[in-house]
Amino acid sequence: MSATLVTVSYVGATILFILSLGGLSHPETSRRGNTYGIIGMVIAVLATVFGPRVTTEGYPWIILAMLVGATIGLYAARIVKMTQMPELVALMHSLVGLAAVLIGFTNYIDPAAAGALEGAEKTIHELEIYIGVLIGAVTFSGSVIAFGKLSAKISGKPVLLPARHWLNLAGLLVVIWFGWQFINTHSVSEGMLPLIVMTVVALAFGVHMVMAIGGADMPVVVSMLNSYSGWAAAATGFMLSNDLLIVTGALVGSSGAILSYIMCRAMNRHFVAVIAGGFGTGGSAQTAAGQQQAGEVSPILAPETAELLREAKNVIIVPGYGMAVAQAQHTVYEITQHLREMGINVRFGIHPVAGRMPGHMNVLLAEAKVPYDIVFEMDELNEDFPNTDVAIVIGANDIVNPAAQEDPTSPIAGMPVLEVWKAKTSIVMKRSMASGYAGVDNPLFYKENNRMLFGDAKKTLEEVMVALMA
Amino acid sequence: MAQVIAVPKETAAEERRVATVPEVVEKLIKLGFSVVVQSGAGEAANFSDDAYRAAGAEIADNAAKLWSTSDIIFKVRGPSAEEVGLMREGGTLVSFIWPAQNPELLKQLAAKKATVLAMDSVPRVSRAQKLDALSSMANIAGYRAVIEAAHQFGRFFTGQITAAGKVPPAKVFVIGAGVAGLAAIGTASGLGAIVRANDTRPEVADQVKSMGGEFVMVEYEEEGTGVGGYAKVMSEGFLKAQAEVFAKQARDVDIIITTALIPGKPAPKLITAEMVKSMRAGSVIVDLAAEQGGNCELTVPHQVTVKHGVTLIGYTDLPSRLARQSSTLYANNLLRLTEELCKTKDGAINVNMEDEVIRGTTVAKEGNVTWPPPAPKLSAAPPAARAKPAAAPPAAKGHGHGGAGAPMSVRATAIFLLGGALLFWFIGAYAPPAFLAHFTVFVLACFVGYMVIWNVTPALHTPLMSVTNAISSIIAVGALVQVAPPISETAGRPEAWILGLALLSIALVAINMFGGFAVTRRMLGMFRK
Repeated sequence: MSATLVTVSYVGATILFILSLGGLSHPETSRRGNTYGIIGMVIAVLATVFGPRVTTEGYPWIILAMLVGATIGLYAARIVKMTQMPELVALMHSLVGLAAVLIGFTNYIDPAAAGALEGAEKTIHELEIYIGVLIGAVTFSGSVIAFGKLSAKISGKPVLLPARHWLNLAGLLVVIWFGWQFINTHSVSEGMLPLIVMTVVALAFGVHMVMAIGGADMPVVVSMLNSYSGWAAAATGFMLSNDLLIVTGALVGSSGAILSYIMCRAMNRHFVAVIAGGFGTGGSAQTAAGQQQAGEVSPILAPETAELLREAKNVIIVPGYGMAVAQAQHTVYEITQHLREMGINVRFGIHPVAGRMPGHMNVLLAEAKVPYDIVFEMDELNEDFPNTDVAIVIGANDIVNPAAQEDPTSPIAGMPVLEVWKAKTSIVMKRSMASGYAGVDNPLFYKENNRMLFGDAKKTLEEVMVALMA
Repeated sequence: MAQVIAVPKETAAEERRVATVPEVVEKLIKLGFSVVVQSGAGEAANFSDDAYRAAGAEIADNAAKLWSTSDIIFKVRGPSAEEVGLMREGGTLVSFIWPAQNPELLKQLAAKKATVLAMDSVPRVSRAQKLDALSSMANIAGYRAVIEAAHQFGRFFTGQITAAGKVPPAKVFVIGAGVAGLAAIGTASGLGAIVRANDTRPEVADQVKSMGGEFVMVEYEEEGTGVGGYAKVMSEGFLKAQAEVFAKQARDVDIIITTALIPGKPAPKLITAEMVKSMRAGSVIVDLAAEQGGNCELTVPHQVTVKHGVTLIGYTDLPSRLARQSSTLYANNLLRLTEELCKTKDGAINVNMEDEVIRGTTVAKEGNVTWPPPAPKLSAAPPAARAKPAAAPPAAKGHGHGGAGAPMSVRATAIFLLGGALLFWFIGAYAPPAFLAHFTVFVLACFVGYMVIWNVTPALHTPLMSVTNAISSIIAVGALVQVAPPISETAGRPEAWILGLALLSIALVAINMFGGFAVTRRMLGMFRK
């Protein structure tokens, strides 16, 4: 296959990738979108393998490595539970990051890669390697920590080192200093030291950055790491002078960046503030003292909940991370089906940051076969709460906290929330009275028209189901 | 020992309501009480003895025995002197009492060592809304007022254009936008009339609009909200301005429904004889305040009269005229009160005077008159404070193309553009041409990504992430070209290292590539209509 043919194949693959992302604008076209992505990837890989830059000697090796990776990947994709998607995605980001680091190193030690580059071109090439490895390393360690936090192997609480901003700044200066050293070296062995030091610093920075971010901000972190993995690919593309990598990396990078932006907006937080970390620590102590909630909660039991549901005309269900933890989505749908058969209008209200990654709740509901046309975004049905008889909140807290609107001193003030308290009755399903990830007390629980249904979401919902059937 | 709740037949003339309904009987029994209903108590409200029996109530024929043997009496109207005489010493009574108007009755009850909960004295705090019988009765009265008016009014409410000619819509003016007023507004606009309403409390304007009415302002600076969300007596200047507004409306509208009441005071006279005269013949006035003297000077309580060609409806038993509905709602109010009194669900009530709601409702406890209660805590905040939280949520947020929130300030834009220009100049000045070609591609790709991603529906954000993740395994291309490049042996090329690292990268990325696409496929397969 000639070099020109490879280039057109790359152009074709690029178009397919763009179509793939475009297909995700609607659930109906999304499956085709995924297929476009797969075709694009096959074309790109085959064109590269059969192109002039890979000789036949490499084929057995490539096939072997691909087989190993494919087996693991397909196996993981099959066994992963939908509730574990955030962990899986985070883990996969780390692989891209690690690959970017490895490719950068390989490229650096390969004398054939830089070849005849001289002067500015050589400097730029080295800079590209340096930056590629840097982004890759941050993505790698950050994703590993995110994976740990999401799978509860590491505590979700933010870990804040003293003077953490100064530490980050010092890290940045070290990286710049060694970067200067790196591009001024003359041999590979000389340049190895700055490159390794920088990699270590970048790894440490990735760990530190994600450790400092609280559990509630995880959707931002996951989408940010998604963005990083894209930029890592783009940087590798610059290093290898490969337009396909640059374009694809840029697509993925901007996609992740937009997602992060959407998530931040959904929490009314500034992106920089999220990255700077520490959300959900300082606020809790102050608020507990500052606005001690006067009032008591009214508990309710499953049979009474069933009765309320049976008498309702309009029901909105607001799922949160608690539903994912309890794996309650199937029971939720059984109840939904039953209520819909009784002619009750049941809808789902999804907050953009419900769960631990963007769109997490939608995937869980889709897994339980909830039709997507009764699943609505926050903005679509927030105005309907006054006409709603029963709003059920399943394992969500901060996203339904009226303090965001009512209490300007609240740490989550101004965050858009689902206004469940405007419904005639709201029922909050919770394991206990503990506060949410943001550590903010929730005045919703003390509202006159709110009832608390305590217990494990799945078990309690099964009881409600039994009572409904009775 | 379960306490006995007794529901006697109402003895007042023209009273068709009953204090409990079969549906509620079941729930009371669930709370642990036993329920006795006098035979025929629900008949006027279309609830048969059999229905009560089926719900688990006992039916008693003898009213005297019923009164003397039960622990708790549920009634609608306050008891008559004879009924008080029948009552067991130390019993509990729940009904409308109107202690301010009936001090004598309260004394009699106290003499019986009775505990009396007056449904008209439920404090107006949000926690007590579910037992606010005044509101539920007012709601019915408002509805019925429109129905009665429609009955007396000789035309359609809704405007129509028929083959036989054009029918103009009826114009209804509602004075007082409390619960009854709002119900009347809703009912009348539901029938198709043009509805206007006035109230001394300006903050109810939105509520009027929400029910389909148009709020008529009185242009005069005064705040009409009293304690507990009720109206208060207004100044003379205001009343003059108000009268002008009403006179103007009277000339224009076909139906006036007045609901203006000030707690503990006679009803304000708002519609003068002059205004009635100015109305068109065939017009109707429904005076919901008739029992407290009427808002209209000419109203005769309990009766329908015609004066100056205008029909004046002075019925005082409007809720009773919708007996089944009002009994059901009242019974539910009593049920909620019982729940408050019996939090342990063991069939015994506990009149807890520490509870603000119960304290306010209780007008006599074990023979001691406890009315009036201490002033209630202000429930409705003044409107200035109330308006604030509503302003808190941010303004409309765009979604879709370029929906990147509010536009940046001019200064931020300028700095941004300047920074961009500097960066581009720097790159243009120093970078080699080969780099620039890649750079062009990179920048354009970023914008393509930006445009494409904004169209992604939020429901698919997780699949988006997993598919972009899979696509980012395109980085494999970088490793592939390192495995076996077509170059002659170069001295010092660490072949083994390069091959090993490149293969490791390929394997890692392949996990991502296959896993990412497979899991996306699995997820998307789940999204179905």
